[in-house]
Amino acid sequence: MATSRPIRKVLLVSGLLVAGGTTAFWAAKGAHRGWSQHRVPHKQIDEFTGLEQITYEDRYVPGIEVLAGGVGLGVALAALSLFFHKPKTATNP
Amino acid sequence: MKHRLLTSLIVLGTSLALHAAPISFDFKDPKGVNAIQFHLDSLLEPISGTAGGVSGTVTFDPANPGATTGKIVVAASSLVVSNATMTEHLHSKNWLDVATYPEITFEVTKLSDVKTSGNETTATAAGNFTLRGVTKEISVPVKLTHLAGAFGKRINKPEVKGDLLVIRGEFTINRGDFGIQPGKNEDKVNPVVKLTLGIVGSAPGA
Repeated sequence: MATSRPIRKVLLVSGLLVAGGTTAFWAAKGAHRGWSQHRVPHKQIDEFTGLEQITYEDRYVPGIEVLAGGVGLGVALAALSLFFHKPKTATNP
Repeated sequence: MKHRLLTSLIVLGTSLALHAAPISFDFKDPKGVNAIQFHLDSLLEPISGTAGGVSGTVTFDPANPGATTGKIVVAASSLVVSNATMTEHLHSKNWLDVATYPEITFEVTKLSDVKTSGNETTATAAGNFTLRGVTKEISVPVKLTHLAGAFGKRINKPEVKGDLLVIRGEFTINRGDFGIQPGKNEDKVNPVVKLTLGIVGSAPGA
């Protein structure tokens, strides 16, 4: 298999990039350990009545399922690379 | 002299009668603060959200807070959580079915255990709670705060007369009692939902 080595490398590097990239993206966006948020709640107090008011900011915060998906895909790609073995070189006795 | 005294007494009596009359408060808040918050335990993290589409009317008599009656209406489609997919599920036919049941209502029929101190009244409000087309009688501990003459100040127009009525309360319901996935997905979404009420009603010109 003359092409197995580059494929193996591509899969391994892709896997590392996907896993690392997703982790970095998740961490940079706040490392939220719950489900993804598409709107972020903010608490405010109405100064006159003392009532708590929740307002929402339209902002995406990736959740744990995004991290799990990215890392899982990365690991899967890296694992796939193991199926592309290095070609065995013949050795003289 | 007698005539003047009689006129004064009539004016005084009329103003006292007007002051003591029940006041009707509109809960469609011009500042958009009114909301019902809901919390329930779920897989991974608790689900918290709000319902901002509050309207309704409550009649409150400062001289007799125990006679308070009224109805609070919440637009079911105004219920939101932070996650858009969860919000869609919440509105769907399997959960709240907001297309078929657009309103969640609580109609107060009676106040008991009424205790008033200054402008604050605590009581237990009994009434009919309707969710997803199912009506159940429930009791909710509430705190009513009557802010006389505060309407204009709150909207930055002190010259406008009027009162405010703040209602706070907290209670729990079982979603299964209202036909929301009864007995289903209880390992993922807790059947007990905590509802927190924090709303203000206005009575301009009161």
